[in-house]
Amino acid sequence: MDRGLTSAIAANRFGLGARPGELAAIGGAGPDWLRAQLDGRVPQIPDPALQSSASILAQLDELRSAIRAERMSNAGSGRGGAGSAPGSAAAIGALEKLPRLIRPIYLAEAGARFRESVATDRPFVERLTQFWANHFAISVDKNVLAALAGSYEREAIRPYVLGNLNDMLLATTRHPAMVLYLDNQLSMGPGSRAALNLARRNADRRTGINENLARETMELHTVGVDGGYTQADVTLLSQVLTGWSIAGRDSWRTGAQPGTFLFRAGMHQPGAKIVLGKRYPDTGYGQGVAVLRDLAARPATARFIATKLARHFIADDPPAAAVARVATAFSDGAGDLPTVYRALIASPEAWEEPAGKYKTPSDYIVSAFRGLELPVKSYKGPVGLFQLLGQRIWGPGSPAGWPDRSADWDGASELLKRIEWADALGQRTGSRSDAMALAPQLLGKTLSAATRQAIAHAASGAQAIALMLASPEFMRR
Amino acid sequence: MKRREFLTGTLAAGGALLTSSVTFANAMPGGKSRLVFVILRGALDGLATVPPYADPGYAALRGDLAIGKPATAGGALELDGFFGLHPSLAFMRQAYAAKELIVLHAVASPYRDRSHFDGQNVLETGYPQPHAVATGWLNRALAAIPGRLATEKERGISIAPSAPLVMRGPAAVTSWSPSHLAPLDDDTLQRIADLYSSRDPLLARKLAEALAAQAIADEKAAGPAQTLSDTPGEAEPAAAKNGRPLLAERGKPGARYAELVAAAARFLRQEDGPQVAVLDTTGWDTHFNEGGAKGQLAGRLAELDAALSALEAGLGPVWNDTAVLLTTEFGRTVAENGTRGTDHGTATAAYLIGGAVSGGRVVADWPGLSPQKLYQDRDLRPTLDVRAVMKGLLAEHLGVPEKALETSVFPDSRAVRALTGLLRA
Repeated sequence: MDRGLTSAIAANRFGLGARPGELAAIGGAGPDWLRAQLDGRVPQIPDPALQSSASILAQLDELRSAIRAERMSNAGSGRGGAGSAPGSAAAIGALEKLPRLIRPIYLAEAGARFRESVATDRPFVERLTQFWANHFAISVDKNVLAALAGSYEREAIRPYVLGNLNDMLLATTRHPAMVLYLDNQLSMGPGSRAALNLARRNADRRTGINENLARETMELHTVGVDGGYTQADVTLLSQVLTGWSIAGRDSWRTGAQPGTFLFRAGMHQPGAKIVLGKRYPDTGYGQGVAVLRDLAARPATARFIATKLARHFIADDPPAAAVARVATAFSDGAGDLPTVYRALIASPEAWEEPAGKYKTPSDYIVSAFRGLELPVKSYKGPVGLFQLLGQRIWGPGSPAGWPDRSADWDGASELLKRIEWADALGQRTGSRSDAMALAPQLLGKTLSAATRQAIAHAASGAQAIALMLASPEFMRR
Repeated sequence: MKRREFLTGTLAAGGALLTSSVTFANAMPGGKSRLVFVILRGALDGLATVPPYADPGYAALRGDLAIGKPATAGGALELDGFFGLHPSLAFMRQAYAAKELIVLHAVASPYRDRSHFDGQNVLETGYPQPHAVATGWLNRALAAIPGRLATEKERGISIAPSAPLVMRGPAAVTSWSPSHLAPLDDDTLQRIADLYSSRDPLLARKLAEALAAQAIADEKAAGPAQTLSDTPGEAEPAAAKNGRPLLAERGKPGARYAELVAAAARFLRQEDGPQVAVLDTTGWDTHFNEGGAKGQLAGRLAELDAALSALEAGLGPVWNDTAVLLTTEFGRTVAENGTRGTDHGTATAAYLIGGAVSGGRVVADWPGLSPQKLYQDRDLRPTLDVRAVMKGLLAEHLGVPEKALETSVFPDSRAVRALTGLLRA
């Protein structure tokens, strides 16, 4: 292995793009530099302005009640008869209040995450954080999730990135953001106390199961779609997960802090359940915890996640040997994630040229900011930029997360936008940045003679920066 | 220099003959025909869009979510005495009356499990099993049209930043989505194109495609490009303008898709432009608070209906040569779930609309909604394979030969006979 080459590959393929000076600091010891990042505590985002999910949910809850109360009083005062009929002035006023609460939270969270990506000196850990946030994906196109996406990542992903998969699976599955995203908060066992009470009172309220969380837990988070489960397993797991809900304004009764996870025993479907051939006695909340622990430990889960990791870091169609090595590390280490990452780093396939992956828009933006050492001043701008280049922060649009093959990102229109943006960056920075000096610092031994020559012959400093950012080796990793 | 002239001089040598003077032949079978494929991702509830209000099982199983009978408050728009349309679909109802809409019901792809992602994969690859190939049936169909050369200019466009799977494959296609960034000067563009052609053939081809598409979009939609604000990277995209508002999108139905649909119409109106366009939509996965005549899904459907109406208006006379196929990966449970929504199901409805469509009818071998008729005791039972619709459309509308349909476009589909007579004679 060419030691010089490992610096550029470590910084660009495993990291978030080199900052000036980073390749020199790696000093040809790419694998060591990556392994060293796995030591120590997981970096948290140091921003005291960011709030907890519980606090945000409590505010949302309060605002919703205020809106409801306003509607009731409008209806009561006879204004327009229908009160808050859709389209009425009162209804529109109320509707605007939610975005006014949600949007600043989203901007602050997305901006803080972006700033961390640009500034971090442990970019491999940040890449892994984003990998897992995308594995246990939620999406802000469900509006309330825009308020929770950032705190979800900080609370349920980051603390576990250097821990055990089992803990991350439990933390994400019970996090209010995931519960809300996959509609589990009201899922009620047909034989639960709550359902029977409602039936006795002949209440006109729907009761029953919502199987969304159970299905995606198996299909997307653990064993994968070919992991050997059936519709019956989905149905039974959805029964196991009934009662996994969120504490609300009934905290006087439940004793739980509003906006935090709450197991509502009254909604839980009683009885033992068989999932993937194993019988789980009814231990209430513990029943779900036990199923999740077993799902995390299944060989299918190791294979599924090893494949995703290898696809993310190595190649669209990852080499079988690398997948096998990572999956084995997964099983041997009983889900210990640093063990898995070390196996990935130790895969010779991960250090080969040419670069097998086309950068996602997010990686492209972050690597340009890092390479040019651009300041992240305000939050609003970068957030819009991610959307403009095709990857809205925390907005994959589906629980499967963003796709991870080059063909998902290398569309013609999307390439042109990248180049236009690169050109704009050149115009802003070309007078003070020297691409001739910068390109070797960012691309190291992956810098081609053709690109070097194009930069050398550029008509202006601005054009030289644009050519560097538009070059194939900067587009790929 | 105009972007197009610039291209002629520089990129033609790169292999992608975007501005080649090969003319297409409108005389060729299907040369004038236009096809729009709308992917409805998330499993759109066909029992909400096309309620079988006269089936006694419908109201019984659907409960609060059932759409009422026609001529009741919030009731369905009448179609044929058995089926209706969701009340949000006013334009589609109008198209039905004008004999420009065929509703197909109890339709499914060959996929029978309930994963969105595998279901969409089957819907897009056209293979019976998910993840069999990395190309789409629509692209392979374009490649199979007789008289086409591999170097011919793009016959298909995705109105998206990247081509969705259904449009990927051997035939040259392109993609377009609104940019709101300032265009580059031609000298910089030329240098980047040169760098790509020496180093990276894929990027060279993609760049050439993008410029060709942009040239078409610029010609017809003259509007000033937005320039960047003062700080690098702080471009504030016109969220409300680009058809994808950031958060809490509200306002008039149709705003969501307005810019995309207008662009699609511009591309398809070109006499020698692409024949096929793909539009991608999401947001149909209604597990929670689906709503009935009003509510979440009703709002989304109104947006979709407005988009179709805008497409008709944008296409002008070309609407008469156009067929729009709208399909989703699978349907939803017949019964309401525990959270006022529906879970993943099997059969659903599909929609074929346009001036070229021989419409005004519902095509359905209706399996019924009584409990013993349901698929796996929960879903609408499929009685029509969506590939039958696709095959019929490709054969009659675009002139794709039957042999190709049976081999390269939809392998292992011989048992699925093409539906005929979908288009006006």
